[in-house]
Amino acid sequence: MSRLHVVSGKGGTGKTTVAAALALALAADGKRTLLVEVEGRQGIAQLFETEALPYEERKIATAPGGGEVHALAIDPEYALLDYLHMFYKLGSAGRALKKLGAIDFATTIAPGLRDVLLTGKACEAVRRKGKDGKFVYDSVVMDAPPTGRITRFLNVNHEVAGLARTGPIHNQAQAVMRVLKSPQTAVHLVTLLEEMPVQETADGIAELRADGLPAGAVIINMVRPAILDHDAVEIAANGQRAAVAKALSQAGLGGARRGGLAERLVDPLLEQAREHAERVGLERTQRAELSDLGLPLHELELLTDGIDLAGLYRLAADLRKQWPS
Amino acid sequence: MSMDVAPWLETDALLDNPQTRIVVCCGSGGVGKTTTAAALGVRAAERGRKVVVLTIDPARRLAQSMGIDALDNIPRKVAGVGDENGGELHAMMLDMKRTFDEFVEAHADPERARAILANPFYQSLSAGFAGTQEYMAMEKLGQLRARDEWDLIIVDTPPSRSALDFLDAPKRLGSFLDGKFIRVLMAPAKVGGRAGMKFLNVGVSMMTGTVNKVLGGQLLRDVQTFAAAMDTMFGGFRTRAEATYRLLQAPGTAFLVVAAPERDALREAAYFVERLGADRMPLAGLVLNRVHGSGAEQLSAERALAAAEILSMADAAMDPATAPDPEPETEAEPEAELDPDASDPADPGDGEENLADGGFVDRDSGKTQARNPSAADPDVSPTSADTSAERLAAGLLRLHAERMQVLGREQRTHDRFTALHPEVPVAQVAALPGDVHDLAGLRAIGERLAVPMERPQRAG
Repeated sequence: MSRLHVVSGKGGTGKTTVAAALALALAADGKRTLLVEVEGRQGIAQLFETEALPYEERKIATAPGGGEVHALAIDPEYALLDYLHMFYKLGSAGRALKKLGAIDFATTIAPGLRDVLLTGKACEAVRRKGKDGKFVYDSVVMDAPPTGRITRFLNVNHEVAGLARTGPIHNQAQAVMRVLKSPQTAVHLVTLLEEMPVQETADGIAELRADGLPAGAVIINMVRPAILDHDAVEIAANGQRAAVAKALSQAGLGGARRGGLAERLVDPLLEQAREHAERVGLERTQRAELSDLGLPLHELELLTDGIDLAGLYRLAADLRKQWPS
Repeated sequence: MSMDVAPWLETDALLDNPQTRIVVCCGSGGVGKTTTAAALGVRAAERGRKVVVLTIDPARRLAQSMGIDALDNIPRKVAGVGDENGGELHAMMLDMKRTFDEFVEAHADPERARAILANPFYQSLSAGFAGTQEYMAMEKLGQLRARDEWDLIIVDTPPSRSALDFLDAPKRLGSFLDGKFIRVLMAPAKVGGRAGMKFLNVGVSMMTGTVNKVLGGQLLRDVQTFAAAMDTMFGGFRTRAEATYRLLQAPGTAFLVVAAPERDALREAAYFVERLGADRMPLAGLVLNRVHGSGAEQLSAERALAAAEILSMADAAMDPATAPDPEPETEAEPEAELDPDASDPADPGDGEENLADGGFVDRDSGKTQARNPSAADPDVSPTSADTSAERLAAGLLRLHAERMQVLGREQRTHDRFTALHPEVPVAQVAALPGDVHDLAGLRAIGERLAVPMERPQRAG
């Protein structure tokens, strides 16, 4: 059973929302999860309607059944200082390095180093055990970089290999890689039922597989209900136009005769229905492509009022029903 | 309700103006930046200008629609665009690493260039540094502008983590390579490696000692060699970064902030607008993509739903007696529990039968009940098998209600932006039902960018 859930997806697909919903879902019934953010956007804080997260694990939500979601915004600079302190007891020397710009330099200019610090911190949380010998967190959910960068981000070993062939950074990368490539980890991709995100999801999964990283599930977000299909729309437009106008009129929307209020609604409503049917058709193709990927598919409905805290809990409940326990 | 009305962004006037030489499309990820850049390129070329579009990371089919499938840094002419009016469209995809390599080759002597290109630290930096893409996009823009072969350069920006990256990257990269730390690191290499350490003051040697311990000796040596080799280019970096920055501020440049009518995207857009203002960058306006409209805005979501309800009830009451359809199940409510597939989403094959048929969704009552969109019962959908006029009309009304809710939400987020930045001209681009991946699609988007969207005043 995986304990580190890495959630990625094309920009605009709602990966932060899905990561948060998953953290809530996995925390249900007295479990404890850690939701981590690695891109410094404070998306989690906005979603949970709380103040900006510091570099500190803190409880941000209670899940149904007494579970807890904790959150952490991993900042590469702090992660490096943390790392220096943990492994080298470099408290003050670390601060001196920071003053000189060395920390900034190391974490920003060399992407491999930055990523190994970010993933390293998440892996540390996965492995951390309390005094009772049990894991501190039942699972860790990471709001990760977008699909286009995810394989590179996770494949720290490869990135760092060229930079540090031996030494402590090299060892750290090896340790992180062992966790990331193990069944403890699952990389989930969030997509919409649109061509570009679906294409990117397929490419992303191929890349993950090529690099031996464990692809988890595909989560289709913002699914809209299919109300009318193409054939129904065509029948309404051709055979039953007058009858539809009459029905609209019966429902109290004005006259059904030519030029009546209800009659004048028919064309614009049919136009919308045609667009809808076209979209339903495109979505069908996209969904078929996603099922060819051979991964579990989960679906989350579109919340028409946008995402607020209540919506997030609804998505979490929905995800929980679908998630294999 | 909308109180402020934003001025219309006159896209054609902007594209036609010979003084406009650079258009920069910026915005958060997933809002259609690249598509907007490509559509503007097609439109400008068909209006007679000689245009080059610089894309950063286009989706494959979008790139193919412009005939670029190679990431080779060379602008290629797009066939069949602008021929009638003497315009031309060229398109290219940025190859970040190659741009960096070319920069090194142009600014260092051959021997030094070879040393830099072979350095592992350089290879990591050039391929993936968080700011490299932004920096190289701007470097390429500077190069294209210097060639002066095009009337108009349209540039897409990288999908940055935040608005800051794109404007800050040139300065940041410059300041890193120019900074205190790299100078300290370089010191031993300059005076001949470890043998020279004794000439350094104690503080610095302690520092390099620490770095050595943490990073490992080989990495430190690579960084030192890299820094030493790059030394001659530091000035080059800074000068170029400053020149690009000034080019962006110049009157011939126009920034377009691209967004979708969603809360996060517009928040990011507002931030872009403020940031461009603070940096005195010339903002032309906001492009709001994927805006929904309706030809029946006079009918509110609430009335449409109420009417749909009436029709469904009438339909259900009539059905057993009059309908030729023998099926007894006719309630217009989804029954998620009845669908065995709903609880087994781990099976990737299960979605297929349910694809076409979602259930009727009453958004009002739907909020209080658990509903799985993938599990809608096919029986309740008005497909071709079941097409009483009442059902069809109810379906049309529910679709309309959904559309009006989307409209309302988009209008509210848009209003919030307008309240904050009433001075920013806006072009609203009506949503297309499908994706854009050919020239015809790009033309359609261009048309929508240029012609104000019809949005009649809503009654009640």
